[in-house]
Amino acid sequence: MVNTSQENYLEYRGRFKGLMGWLTSTDHKRIGLMYMYAIMFFFIIAALLGLLMRIEKIAPGQTIMDAQTYNGVFTIHGIIMIFIIVIPGLAAVFGNFFLPIMIGAKDVAFPKLNLLSWYIYIAGAIMGILSQFIGGGAPDTGWTFYVPYSAESGTNVMFALLAAFVLGFSSILTGLNFIVTIHRLRAPGMTWFKMPLFPWSLYATAWIQVLATPIIGITLLMVIAERTLNIGFFDPALGGDPLLFQHLFWIYSHPAVYVMILPAMGVVTEIFPTFSQKPVFGYGAIAISSLAIALVGYFVWGHHMFTTGISYWSRWFFSFLTFIVAVPSAIKVFNWISTMYGGSIDLKPPLLYAISFIFLFMIGGFTGLTLGALATNVQTHDTTFVVAHFHYIIFGGMGFAFFAGIHYWFPKIYGRMYSNRLAYIAWGILFVGFNLLYFPLFVIGIQGMPRRYFDYLPQFQTGHVISSIGAFILVAGLVVMFYNLIYYRRKGEIASANPWKGVTLEWQIPSPPPLENFEEIPVIKDKPYTFDNKEEKASTGN
Amino acid sequence: MNTSTAHTDHYDPESSKIGMWLFLFTEMFLFGGLFLVYAVFRNKYSADFHHGAHELNAFIGTFNTVVLLISSMTVAMSITAIQKKNRKLAVNMIIITIVLALVFMLNKYFEWSYKFEYKLYPGSPVMMNLPQGEILFYGLYFMMTGLHALHVLIGIVLLVVNIFKIRSGKVHHERFSLLENSGLYWHLVDLIWIFLFPLLYLVT
Amino acid sequence: MDKKEKHITSYSLFAKVLVALLILTTISVLITEIHFGALSVAVALSVACVKVALVLVYFMHLKWENSFLRIMVAGVFLLFALVLVFTFIDYLLR
Ligand SMILES: [Cu+2]
Repeated sequence: MVNTSQENYLEYRGRFKGLMGWLTSTDHKRIGLMYMYAIMFFFIIAALLGLLMRIEKIAPGQTIMDAQTYNGVFTIHGIIMIFIIVIPGLAAVFGNFFLPIMIGAKDVAFPKLNLLSWYIYIAGAIMGILSQFIGGGAPDTGWTFYVPYSAESGTNVMFALLAAFVLGFSSILTGLNFIVTIHRLRAPGMTWFKMPLFPWSLYATAWIQVLATPIIGITLLMVIAERTLNIGFFDPALGGDPLLFQHLFWIYSHPAVYVMILPAMGVVTEIFPTFSQKPVFGYGAIAISSLAIALVGYFVWGHHMFTTGISYWSRWFFSFLTFIVAVPSAIKVFNWISTMYGGSIDLKPPLLYAISFIFLFMIGGFTGLTLGALATNVQTHDTTFVVAHFHYIIFGGMGFAFFAGIHYWFPKIYGRMYSNRLAYIAWGILFVGFNLLYFPLFVIGIQGMPRRYFDYLPQFQTGHVISSIGAFILVAGLVVMFYNLIYYRRKGEIASANPWKGVTLEWQIPSPPPLENFEEIPVIKDKPYTFDNKEEKASTGN
Repeated sequence: MNTSTAHTDHYDPESSKIGMWLFLFTEMFLFGGLFLVYAVFRNKYSADFHHGAHELNAFIGTFNTVVLLISSMTVAMSITAIQKKNRKLAVNMIIITIVLALVFMLNKYFEWSYKFEYKLYPGSPVMMNLPQGEILFYGLYFMMTGLHALHVLIGIVLLVVNIFKIRSGKVHHERFSLLENSGLYWHLVDLIWIFLFPLLYLVT
Repeated sequence: MDKKEKHITSYSLFAKVLVALLILTTISVLITEIHFGALSVAVALSVACVKVALVLVYFMHLKWENSFLRIMVAGVFLLFALVLVFTFIDYLLR
């Protein structure tokens, strides 16, 4: 281990010890981990709810729950997964932990605000959970809160709306913090184009968080006003327009997809060069494409409304731009693969997850184009085809990138190594389970199976049964992976400061990082991803 | 040895200012959502909006506009004052700003209570019997001015905090980031009103 | 951290800006007396935009800020304008 005069952040003891030491810590690394533990907790709940839905669908008719319960389950599954897990997800966990380290800073720009965002996040998450148990029963609107139903439903929609509002606030503050951090705290010599690509992706993400989230905030407030004050904006009886809600909702919620996926792209962009021992291919293209995705992604929201009767020209523009926004994503995929080409590839678990990220993300992306095309959209709209598509993007993309990231940075975060063997096994189970679970939904979706139904016609049973089997396999894979990570967090072999021979700044400091990251703020001279340790490289391969 | 708080306390006015601007952007988009709704319904119900705007008291609206514009100037002047080490003037300027803000709120109170007297509030039977466009106009009126008034109140609280900080010497000519950012916030309140005023009171 | 001295705006400049703002307010009130018809929205909003620009540039100090902030503020207004345009591509052409 590298000698250091500083305690590492895990052992550090400030004014308080134990749990209080964590809950009052403004250290970005601890806050990152606190996000991770909270996210893991909620992920287990939401994944189990997903499993319950799959069990319900193992046979036509009522299997384990009635229709109303099913409505409640898919609603809270969506709310937790979207607002509590994937939107904060990568940015809040790895962004908090590694953004300051990767740009050579001691912390984010506003550490106290950072801790405050975590508390706001927890408050929002608790409200989301509480919405299930108080008031007129679990919300049953779906996570999209479409009016007019969300304005009329007798269930506890208010609380869920408030929860989403509060969670949005937390997301805004994190984004704000990251933008200022990147502007003000880069190490001396680190110009914009010497910054690693994960921070670049976080920068683009943060702008979306700041500029899109307020729209959903005010929209949710309007629905609340609709329910409490009968204000009429979305109520046709009072002259309002339900479609206006869909416009406002998707003005935020489509960019939110990029809040989920951009950091995921950033994570795998870090992984490919390290495990190929080769500079990233097309650094500038990847950096700029993040910004391009953020910008164009702001103007494609209408592709969620093709079947609602919006104008011909607006369908034309939104469909066109949806195809345009695929271009920067494709550029990234091209660059990742080119990065690996001719490199000395070391297929460690992080790289394996990153490669499966590309595979699953591509399936999700191409089916996204199917949905973005006007004609095919009419056929597949609101079918399980859509469900499969966004699970390939969100779980296959963001989820697998998260798994890639945790396997990549685990030794840095905990200073220990997980079991490679278990990691490979878990990956195999997850990959098989994932595809078994979601691929059949494409097929029955095209055949006409609607989403959000608790019952179905017998002809869809084969697809549903395969899918449900996949769900069990996927959960088994998750169990193995979590066991591997949780157990070896304390019991694993001691990891060296740089087990993967990475070259970005986080690998230049001890594992786990000392409290203030750097004893001396580094001065940056080279571009990132400069691999010049030829002789060291020859002696790796363990 | 460093402690965890050592580096969190450092003073970087530039960071705080960028942070404040980013926050203002979110506020702009928060109101932006409402402006979007306004635009859509105004386009759909021009005549009703015309009539609704006519019913609002343009004099109160104009008066409040003038009040807010002056208050924006006084808060800007308080920053100049603190930079020139004139603490007394700075505090006085903030006090004038707060007084003007309270005048604004008082006016708003009278305006709203006048509407309530006529049983004109969201969901009231009187309102439900209006033409559809007017229901939406008044809905927007209450929601926009209500949200704006909430921001005025938050602004007042911020300004009061500044008075105490200047008096206790925590805000001074070399360290006035808090006042500068509160000033920015106050200008935003003004800025939004500048748009609200013609949209609600004038465009007839 | 900052190289350049902080700019101090004079009291008189703020006073002048206020006078300009008040004149513009008077103009926008008077304009409603003359009925421009459909144009009245455009005129009222243009006057409002000039006022907002004055507040941004002088009161909010943007004139003396670095270009990053100025570009961002302009960008935010542009972004919102584009959102409006895209929404109205639906509403106007239905
Ligand atoms: Cu979308």
